[in-house]
Amino acid sequence: MDFFILMLAIPLVSGALLTVVGEREWAPNLNIIASLGTFAAAAGLTVEIIANGPRFAFGEQFFIDSLNVFFVALTAFVGLTTSIFSGPYMKNEREHGKLSAPRLRLYKSMYQLFMFTMLAALTTNNLGILWVAMEAATLTTVLLVSLYRTPASLEAAWKYFILCGVGIAQALFGTILLYFAAERVLGESGNALLWTHLIDVKGQLEPTIMALSFIFLLVGYGTKVGLAPLHNWLPDAHAEGPTPVSAVLSGLLLNVALYAILRCKVLADGAIPGDFAGNLMMGFGLFTLLVAAFFLSRQKDVKRMFAYSSIEHMGLITFAFGMGGPVANFAGLLHMTMHSLTKSAIFFAVGHATQKTGTQLMENIRGLIKINPLIGWGLMLGTLAILGMPPFGVFASEFMILTHAMKYHPWATPILLLGLGVAFAAIFGKVQPMVFGETEAKRLPHAPAITPVFLHLGIVLMLGLYIPPYLTRWFHEASRMLG
Amino acid sequence: MSSAIPFSAQLINLFAAVILLLAFAMLAQRRILALVNLFALQGLTLCLATLVAAVTTSQVHLYYSAGLTFMLKVLLLPWILHRLVRKLNVKSEVEALINIPTTMLVGIVLVMVAFNVALPISELSHTITRGTLGIALAVVMLAFLMMITRQKAITQVVGFLSMENGLFLAATSATYGMPMVVELGIALDVLVGVIILGVFFFQIRDQFDSLDIRNMEQLKDN
Repeated sequence: MDFFILMLAIPLVSGALLTVVGEREWAPNLNIIASLGTFAAAAGLTVEIIANGPRFAFGEQFFIDSLNVFFVALTAFVGLTTSIFSGPYMKNEREHGKLSAPRLRLYKSMYQLFMFTMLAALTTNNLGILWVAMEAATLTTVLLVSLYRTPASLEAAWKYFILCGVGIAQALFGTILLYFAAERVLGESGNALLWTHLIDVKGQLEPTIMALSFIFLLVGYGTKVGLAPLHNWLPDAHAEGPTPVSAVLSGLLLNVALYAILRCKVLADGAIPGDFAGNLMMGFGLFTLLVAAFFLSRQKDVKRMFAYSSIEHMGLITFAFGMGGPVANFAGLLHMTMHSLTKSAIFFAVGHATQKTGTQLMENIRGLIKINPLIGWGLMLGTLAILGMPPFGVFASEFMILTHAMKYHPWATPILLLGLGVAFAAIFGKVQPMVFGETEAKRLPHAPAITPVFLHLGIVLMLGLYIPPYLTRWFHEASRMLG
Repeated sequence: MSSAIPFSAQLINLFAAVILLLAFAMLAQRRILALVNLFALQGLTLCLATLVAAVTTSQVHLYYSAGLTFMLKVLLLPWILHRLVRKLNVKSEVEALINIPTTMLVGIVLVMVAFNVALPISELSHTITRGTLGIALAVVMLAFLMMITRQKAITQVVGFLSMENGLFLAATSATYGMPMVVELGIALDVLVGVIILGVFFFQIRDQFDSLDIRNMEQLKDN
């Protein structure tokens, strides 16, 4: 049995199945079981790749190596925990009269299709298909962002579609230019967009075209990563969509878009003399970090604030990969993992908190620790983790990025510290009264799923204290792929 | 540039120029149904350009992509858009943010920029269609301009699709088109995108009673 085919087939089939069966009592469980199946297949695939090395699938159209299998495992894991979280969450939304049965059906089937598009984007070897899958990932989530059909959510979804559509059109132009450069070397065959072929001839690709191509690809996919100044869609989409969607957008989609940039960066680095791609990424990364940090303090909506925090972290990660080299790449990958796990845990906790208090305005959310100690502590610990407090794993990766920057790019250090400092002050100052304050709120009809929150935070804590040797090896292997 | 340009290349250049003119016409067009028709015409010209390239170079997959363009951009998408306009009862007058003559002037500047950006690339290309790369980029930029300056949601979508036309022309002119599987994937995405937007338009209209995007300026960082 092929784990790879299973991994792609399960979300695709269950997405169709969930559309057909509609909203039933057991539909949320089917959603969880499908996600569990996807995760099991992804885990099997990971074990296989670590044991046997890279492999192809469907001819050469799909390619799995230690770099993307790492993203696959992360995506499938967060996909599973989010589906567990969304079960009781969506039931509560329905009890509150915010969602009807047809919309819950739409949510579940689109959720599975979204998983499928992301896994396809991660594993494809063809840079054209990568583009197609990224665009499909936008399309599956547009209707999820507007799920509540409120004026604000429709506006957010519209912005999301148009901005990401324009962005992704830039990426298509970049892909066309890349194909143009590749075709001159590889000839007019279907192979000229296959990454494994391109990597062999990267030194022969025309530098002028590759430079132009990389700019378009970075701006295009960068829109989806949330790089400033094209980040405007991100806070709206995160704040107005249902919380499980915020969690997967922030924890997974941004990663997948960044992964697309990384694959292209490897090619651009090989073709262009000097550190053109790296410098560009460092610049964008720092700018994004600063912009997001200063916007953080002005937020009133809790989900919006954590969306800006995601932008901030994406800026930091882009900067890390821009520096390049084994250490910075290792730190970037580690930070991506930590951010995904922590941010989705925070969104889970925030989701329950907003459901209990009936508002997303931070000034109206008070005393979570009294309403439900687990949610309160989950949010507090998650916030501490995302702000980079030791002993959580984010501290380790941020520390690595900072020290590496001090050593090789000292000019960037004050900017990094300023951004991180401002973000810390803004977020901590706002979360503290939300957790410890006076309140009177009522109980929820369905008990919230707290396990995913602490499962994620537990892993982040563990990785902060101790990274198992096989994981280190795996990360090292993946960083080597990035050059 | 060589002095003797083959007839087919001249024909393709002609079609590309028509596509560019149509992009300008779309920029100036106020009525929404006429805009959709102009889009269909642009698709048809694109299809013809691809067909000429296919005949000259006898590349089989260019025939397919010409057929795909015809099906999608001349028949299917304009049909869907027409239906949407009728069902949604969009008022024909399109309001522009900036007046049309100014928009046209900005458009001309964009075309010059596009030609300058494309120049180093088209010099490296060996296809007979290489002269059109600048035009392709210009069409993309004009479509982008249209998306920025128009108020109605449906006009923005036409702009988006016109941008895709420009990208398609770029792919044909620089490289004789992308691999077939990629082209099919892109076509599928565009189609699904338009269908999803169709659903989405009804949601917008139910909520705001109009498709004017000025209603959608509530979300801001304050």
